Formats: sequence, structure tokens, C-alpha cells
Amino acid sequence: MTDDAVVDALRYMTLARTFDDRATSLQRQGRFGTFSSVRGQEASVVGAASTLDPSKDWIVPQYRELPALLRHGLPLENFARYFMGNPAGTAIPDGVRTLPIQISLAAQLPQAVGLAWGLRRQGGDGVVLTYFGDGASSEGDFHESLNLAGVTGAPTVFFLQNNGWAISTPRAAQTAAPTLAGRASGYGVEGVVVDGNDLLAVHQVTAEAVDRARAGAGPTLIESLTWRAGAHNTADDPTRYVDPGVAEEWSERDPVTRVQRYLRARGVLDDTGFDRLAAQCAAEVERALAVASETPTACAESLFDHVYASPPPRVVQQRAAWTARQEGAI
Amino acid sequence: MTTRTIVEGIRDCLYQEMEHDERVMVLGEDVGKLGGVFRATEGLQDRFGTERVVDMPLAEGAIVGAGIGLAVSGLRPVVEIQFLGFGHQAFHQIGQQAARLRYRSQGTHGVPLVIRAPFGGGVRTPELHSDAFEALYAHTPGLTVVAPATAYDAKGMLAEAIACDDPVLFLEPLKGYRLVRDEAPDERYRVGFGRARIAREGSAVTLVAWSAATQVALRAADELAAKGIDAEVVELRSLVPLDTATVRDSVAKTGRVAVVQEAPLTGGFAAELAATIQQECFYELEAPVLRITAPDTPYPLAGVEDLYVPDADRVVAEVAALMAVPA
Ligand SMILES: Cc1ncc(C[n+]2csc(CCOP(=O)(O)OP(=O)(O)O)c2C)c(N)n1
Repeated sequence: MTDDAVVDALRYMTLARTFDDRATSLQRQGRFGTFSSVRGQEASVVGAASTLDPSKDWIVPQYRELPALLRHGLPLENFARYFMGNPAGTAIPDGVRTLPIQISLAAQLPQAVGLAWGLRRQGGDGVVLTYFGDGASSEGDFHESLNLAGVTGAPTVFFLQNNGWAISTPRAAQTAAPTLAGRASGYGVEGVVVDGNDLLAVHQVTAEAVDRARAGAGPTLIESLTWRAGAHNTADDPTRYVDPGVAEEWSERDPVTRVQRYLRARGVLDDTGFDRLAAQCAAEVERALAVASETPTACAESLFDHVYASPPPRVVQQRAAWTARQEGAI
Repeated sequence: MTTRTIVEGIRDCLYQEMEHDERVMVLGEDVGKLGGVFRATEGLQDRFGTERVVDMPLAEGAIVGAGIGLAVSGLRPVVEIQFLGFGHQAFHQIGQQAARLRYRSQGTHGVPLVIRAPFGGGVRTPELHSDAFEALYAHTPGLTVVAPATAYDAKGMLAEAIACDDPVLFLEPLKGYRLVRDEAPDERYRVGFGRARIAREGSAVTLVAWSAATQVALRAADELAAKGIDAEVVELRSLVPLDTATVRDSVAKTGRVAVVQEAPLTGGFAAELAATIQQECFYELEAPVLRITAPDTPYPLAGVEDLYVPDADRVVAEVAALMAVPA
């Protein structure tokens, strides 16, 4: 990675951390819904995304990869709207190559394979990178998708973030397999394990996987070993199940601090530079929150629009009735 | 015009649509060399190659899930679920994923995906093959659910499904696949969704049916005619969108209505129709809306399936009793 690329990555990592902190406090105030933070996993998420070309590659996410989606072109205000419960927050601008956040674990994986396969079939050299967790890797969709990707050679990069937990279920209770990446060989797919708190290492292995996929040499399963530094989401209480000693050990490997140390050692940024970056990110988050707060939500149409390309008569009638009710006609 | 079976209508359509549009591809278990277990895709791989007619790994979730991704990438996949009974293995991809991606992306990503699935009974399949689960899917916003009963409609409605920008569950009657035979044009044509068909005119009672139950209703109507009861048969053709106007007009004319379905009673699509009819035609009804359905039990083994699936005799007996209800 060039120094510029590392600074760029740090910017997305910092932006995510800033948004995480604001989101958590807004959730406590009742202004945001349940929110899953990426804290601790920023190097993993951003390191992988930093290998992609947003003009042709796609991201098929789970729900914890905000900085990757930002880099790919989703506006920050859409995340704010989403967590404010505004349907406008799910909008994907034309030309932004991402699918929506996925809530149904692993359901995105066969879609990623199909998408990659379709791009290849139409002569493009775009690659699809899909994120998911160690918990999701127990779902049937994971196995079906890896198998299908192996068979079709679809240019897919499966990016498994092993953050140690699926809510409160530890990695050890999820599977008896010694590594999750090791499962790849059973499907004829390349598998690699990487230190997920090392931005450069993640970038390196993902770049190799992306190159391989782009060259038509097939899919890769990357297991990124990382740590979810916070709670699973704002409704979770990790003190019930996380050993504080282990959490403490991981905090010494905090990915943001690691990148900062690296840039400082190379003389690229100093405290003033980090402060400036932090201030820019804070301003950007506040701007996005302000834009999102001003977006109107409470119209009946938002329930009905974009369900069908041409809505069936019943839906058309219901839409009219809901609008009339909202306008006080009924 | 050529006389075709439903399977032939489907095959003809797939062939012509693939010929016409490079983006159309066919995916499923055994759809290639074998041509599908019902031969609906026979000859397609020979003509269009293994890139466009793909034998998929045995994984329904991945078949539909990959179909979603292919559709988002700009292709027009037609996936085959070998039997709708195994749709449960893909239900999350159909009901939870394909059906709401348009909504979840606020219109950016539609899913022009056709999911073909034979369903219903009457052909002595092994266990779990014959279930009629159409109501599960009709209950899923974002999904279009169609169930043609003739070769003409099978060919024309499949073309419409392939042209549709949203996911369509295209239900094919197992029983009617080869038994039903009618005239269908040789050239490409489309039959739009949401227009029910009066399969038989009558004035005394309305029988509403779809897919294979249509044939049962028509046979029953013949027998009822012999008893002096003039039954009208309304064939829905599509459940979503639903043509309530044609049903309403028929009920307004006859005053009595029986809905015939292969699926169990509770929560079935017949219940949806019964509720709609009583809401929209309450004052025209001369008797309660009757549902003639399978019992609320699993689809049984072949030896007793004739007891399970409503047949013409049962429809005749129940409709005769309905006629005896004083207005
Ligand atoms: C199919 C499905 N089952 C259950 C859930 C509820 N759930 C939400 S997150 C979660 C754990 C996910 O763990 P993992 O895949 O490791 O991802 P992480 O949250 O750790 O990033 C569960 C069980 C869900 N969203 N989807």
C-alpha cells in the first residue's frame, strides 16, 4: 500500500469510529435504532475494501461494514437515515455497486456468487467481495455458496470476519473446524487466514484474491482474525460473556492505533495530522446527521413505493387508502 | 396454432425467449442434458450451450440466491425448483430476499428472476413432492405469483414472467403437465398477469379455481349441468396480481360461490378469496362462500392421495349441498 492509500484507509477507519460513537450515543437518546458498530474491525473491513475498484467491483455486505460501503460510494447520510428508521436510508444511488446491508445471516452469499458469475458472463472483469461473520459461516447458504463458487469459478472473494463472536456464542461453539478458511479446500476454493487487525496484511491478501478472481483463476475464502471491540449491537451486553482480560489483550492491537503508529514512524502524519483528520471526520458525521434529520419520513407512500416495478391493483388501492387516511379523509 | 401440452408450451417459450434475448438463462437441477425431470428444458442445452443452460449443484437456496445475483448483474435468469415441495429449502431466498430487494434498495435493484416450480398432486409422487404451498408465496409482498392451467397460458404467461422486472413465482400443475392439451400459437406472444378467465359460463353458481383444480372444477361443472345446475368456472391464472373484478362480477351474477383448491383448508388462498368475496359481494351472496380443499393434514402417500385432493365427485356433492341452502 502506498502511504497515500494508507492515509485514505485511515480516514475511512476514523470516519467509521466517529460515526460509531455518535450512533451509540444517539441510540441511547432514542434517536437511532439498534446499531452494530465496526469498532475493532476497521482494519479488516477497510483493508479488504481498499483493494476494490468502485467503478467495476461490487460489495455485497453483511451489516457491520459501513466504512467499506462509504468508500464504495454510499452516502454517509443514508446510514444516518437508515438508523433513524427512514426508508430513504436504504436507497442505493445509481452506479454505486453495492447490495443493501444484509440482516439475514449468509443470505447475501449466493447472491454475491450469482452477481459475480453474471458479471463474468457478460464479459466484464468486475469482482464481487462479500462480507460475513464466523456465525454466518455455519448457515447452509455459506456452504452452498462456496460450493457453487467453486463449481462456476465466479469471481467472488468471500471475506469472513472471524471476530470471535456471534452475539454471545464464541467461535469455539460455532464449529469444531480448526480454521474457518480451511473449509475452502473441501469446495475446491482457495483459503487463507490473515491477521485482521493488520491493515497492510489484509490489503495484501485481499488484493491477491481480487487479482486471482479478476484473472479468472477462481474464488477465495479469506478468514480475517479480528476482534469485535464493543458490544454486538446497542442492545447487547458483552460483560455477560466476554473475559475482560482477553478484551484487554486485543485492545493492545487496536487497528486504528496500529495504523497511526505506522504512519507516524514513516513520518507521513503526526499528531497535528491525526487531529486534523479527526476534526474532518467529526464535521462530516455532523453534516450527515443534519442532512438525515431533515429528511421527511412520515408519508404513506414510503410504505408502498418500490415494492413492485408495476404494483398490482390491490397495492395501488391500498396506497390510495393509506394516503387518504393520512390526509384525514377517512 | 399447434396443439400442445403445458410442458410443451413451457419448453417452446423458453426456447423462443432464449433465442430472442441473450440475457435469458436457465438454471436448475438436471435442466441440462436430461432436460429437467419433466423435460421442460429438453433440447435447450444442445441449442444454447452449458453457459446458458446450467446444471446446478443440488442446493435450492443457492440456485435462487445465485439467480438473484445474476438478475442484479443484468441477466434474465429462469430458475427451476424441481418440485415446489422443496421450495422450503429456498424459501428465505424467495420470500425474504428476491421479493424485497427492490424495496430494500429503494428501487435501484429490481430482481427480474423467474422461479419455475411444478406443484400440486395427483401424479403419485414420492413424499414431499406434491405440496401446494402457493399461499405462502402469495402472502409475500413483492412477489408475483402466477399459476397457469392451460398450454396457451403457460407459454404466454412464461414469456410475460421473463419480461417482468420483478421476481415471479411461476407455478406449473404437475397433474396437468401432460394431460392438459390445447391450442397455442407457434410465434412468441405474451399473456398479461392479473386477468382471470371465464373457463366456462354459467348462471347458478361460481366455481373459482386455479392451476390443476381448474380441470376438476370443469369436470364437476359438466356433471352439475347434467343435474340441471349451471356452474360458471372462473380460472384465476394469477394469484398476485389478483383479478377481483372478474370474481366479483361472476358472483354478482350467480349469488353462490365455491372455491376449489388442492392445498389444505387453513390459511390457504381459498380463504383469501372467501374473505374478499364476502367483503366485496356480501349483499349479492345467497349462501356462505364454500371452500372445497384438502384437509389440514400433510400431503399423503400415493395410495390415498385421491382421498386427499378434491376431485370432481366431491365438488359436485358439495356444490349440490350449497345449492340447497335457501337464499
Ligand atoms: C438467519 C439469521 N439468524 C439469526 C439472526 C440473529 N443474529 C443477528 S447477528 C447474529 C450473530 C452473527 O454473528 P456473525 O455472523 O459472527 O457476525 P458478527 O455480528 O459477529 O459480525 C445473530 C444470531 C439473523 N440476523 N439472521
